[in-house]
Amino acid sequence: MKTLEEINNIRETKRRELDLRVNTSADTREKHILVCHGTGCTSSKSPKILENFRKIIEEKNIENVRVIQTGCFGLCAKGPIVIIRPEDVFYAMVKPEDCEEIIEKHIQNGEIVERLLCKDIDNSVVKKLDELTFYKKQKRIALKNCGVIDPENIDEYIAFDGYKALQKVLFEMSPDDVINEVSNSGLRGRGGAGFPTGKKWSFTKMAEGDQKYVVCNADEGDPGAFMDRSILEGDPHCVVEAMMIAGYAIGANKGYIYVRAEYPIAVKRFQIAIDQARDYGILGDNIWGTEFSFDLEIRLGAGAFVCGEETALLESIEGRRGQPRLKPPFPANAGLFGKPTLINNVETYANITKIILNGAEWYSSIGTETSKGTKVFALGGNVNNIGLVEVPMGVTLREIVFDIGGGIPNGRKFKAAQTGGPSGGCITEENLDTPIDYESLKAIGSMMGSGGLIVMDDSKCMVNLAKFYLGFTYDESCGKCTPCRVGTKRLLEILERITEGKGEEGDIEKLEKLSRNIKNASVCGLGQTAPNPVESTIRFFRHEYEDHIKNKHCEAGECKALMKLFIDPEKCKGCGLCKRNCPVGCISGEPGKTHSIDTEKCIKCGTCITKCPFHAIANK
Amino acid sequence: MDNEKCDGCNSENTEMNDILNKYKQDKSNLIQILNEVQEYYGYVPEKAMLEISEYLSITMAEIYGVVTFYSRFTLKPKGKHHIAVCLGTACFVKGSEKILDRAKERLGIDIGETTKDGKFSLEATRCVGACGLAPVFTVNNEVYGKATVKMLDEVIDKCMEENE
Repeated sequence: MKTLEEINNIRETKRRELDLRVNTSADTREKHILVCHGTGCTSSKSPKILENFRKIIEEKNIENVRVIQTGCFGLCAKGPIVIIRPEDVFYAMVKPEDCEEIIEKHIQNGEIVERLLCKDIDNSVVKKLDELTFYKKQKRIALKNCGVIDPENIDEYIAFDGYKALQKVLFEMSPDDVINEVSNSGLRGRGGAGFPTGKKWSFTKMAEGDQKYVVCNADEGDPGAFMDRSILEGDPHCVVEAMMIAGYAIGANKGYIYVRAEYPIAVKRFQIAIDQARDYGILGDNIWGTEFSFDLEIRLGAGAFVCGEETALLESIEGRRGQPRLKPPFPANAGLFGKPTLINNVETYANITKIILNGAEWYSSIGTETSKGTKVFALGGNVNNIGLVEVPMGVTLREIVFDIGGGIPNGRKFKAAQTGGPSGGCITEENLDTPIDYESLKAIGSMMGSGGLIVMDDSKCMVNLAKFYLGFTYDESCGKCTPCRVGTKRLLEILERITEGKGEEGDIEKLEKLSRNIKNASVCGLGQTAPNPVESTIRFFRHEYEDHIKNKHCEAGECKALMKLFIDPEKCKGCGLCKRNCPVGCISGEPGKTHSIDTEKCIKCGTCITKCPFHAIANK
Repeated sequence: MDNEKCDGCNSENTEMNDILNKYKQDKSNLIQILNEVQEYYGYVPEKAMLEISEYLSITMAEIYGVVTFYSRFTLKPKGKHHIAVCLGTACFVKGSEKILDRAKERLGIDIGETTKDGKFSLEATRCVGACGLAPVFTVNNEVYGKATVKMLDEVIDKCMEENE
């Protein structure tokens, strides 16, 4: 147990001690080596790097150096990442065996290890983190502490204004003040739908009930999205604090966070955060001597995408199959165990403490007319800088893909970007200058979604992409309502036929009609949005569908059944490599002369394409 | 030992009790308990379901309904080397389908199956969260990033050597 005074003391002393984390001119002899411990870097051996650093420092008996694990820095493509503070030098793709050199050169002799520095998009070598184009256009609010603090250390969180917003709320604000502040900030739900957060809070506050609950939706199901995971891994306390503030505002004393079991690091760190907060008397009864009590519990998901839908999530917390409920009644009136329940997404909560501390006016000064603040995106796919980015609303997609993301690798061309995952739509070249906000994205047939942003180059077939997404939603449909259960299956079957070269005249119209019906008749958001990838790819790439159906041709060459391989006589040198490697022996030709493929026998495995040293084999 | 037949009956009582005793006899704990059972045994044995049924006073039918609803729970044991190829969007865009096809070809099994000798099982997962390393596959939770067909081949070869 810590008194309020003790916590304030920790904040002051710890903040001075950690000044070098955020201040490059900090007056200190200490150095902090920060090693990214997000899931991406952990997968590429960052725990081993941390261990090596600590071992070497101990062996060499070096003083004034600390090695700290942090959350995600964002630039996952260049991981594992090591940053040295206060000078803010940024080392990329570090290997466990590089530790010795970093210690000897950098820490002991003050020289920079040039070979481990990162290159920017213009190929210039970058020493500091914020010199990278990747970081310049970002504004970190939700991710403020990610990559700065040790997520498993409550003192470090407290040092950077941690639990200060809770203090302010409990001692200076009424529940209505809190709700007004959140409403005035203009914050909208970051889970995808964009419902005004303040409104949701006020509905739940007004609902009658002896018991109310606060729930955090961390069932981040969109495959290829990892915003919420990174927040939980990098700054779990900010979600704990925000859920407490929400509890105070709506009159709830119990909270649940529903996290995917596939996120073991996030689960572990969140549990540590809860335990530490309890230990400090921040979670518990009569917090800091006030009337307010609050406790928090983790509930694990078990691999069902539909549980991201709020009512399905409630069913799952209650221990049942995650099948959505009919709305109304909304969770604000009858939610968890039938009681009024507030459900917000992780990223929404991550904004709350900053809004309370800096004020609604500050927050609403960022962003566009209807969408305030920032949005975190998980940038992935065919883009150079894969990673986590947080940008102010209103930034264009072009800036995200080409400036922050560094453009398309391998000299290929941008084809489309998908936001909103399996519920969203694709955005084409012509719409790249659309500002990112809820309304503009909707207007061009996509959606904000939870923040997955997948970039595709011109080697991607859009019919195949639609098939991929439908395969996903068909798999994940809970089966409760027929339009979704059977409808997604039928959509998938038609798409499979088309990609196998068995498409028929009228298939596109069938897809369109079926899509409309599924959207209109499904019970929950999963079914209502499942046809979006089909509709949007038809809207922007109708010619590809027609090409598949009429000409049995796939321009991108992704649909195997439609591939017709041929050898370009101008490029073929007759080396025979393709012939030797063909598993069905369908390639013939004399040594030194142009070879040819028997397309009847060819199984389109593509082995010859990868084997040919002259790139002479292609899809016709 | 035949993995398909063994349901871990000998060790079960004490282990199951340890798991159950951590939780209150409250129906809402079902999924938490199943998660622990799956983690401990590598699948959900019928005997475990029977014990949960008694402990939480829920019918077997309801438990079976929950187990089969969530993809994390399996009714059959996984192979000694459990290979999971990520089919999240980021990995898909980077060609993880090719890796999955190769795994199927090499192991001679389909998604969700285990080889007859119980050595390998194959799964297509949705996003392990290492999108920066796409495409990825995992073998018993060890992540292999920026994967290629060649890398998969090497890993399988290594596992096979271990088996011998």
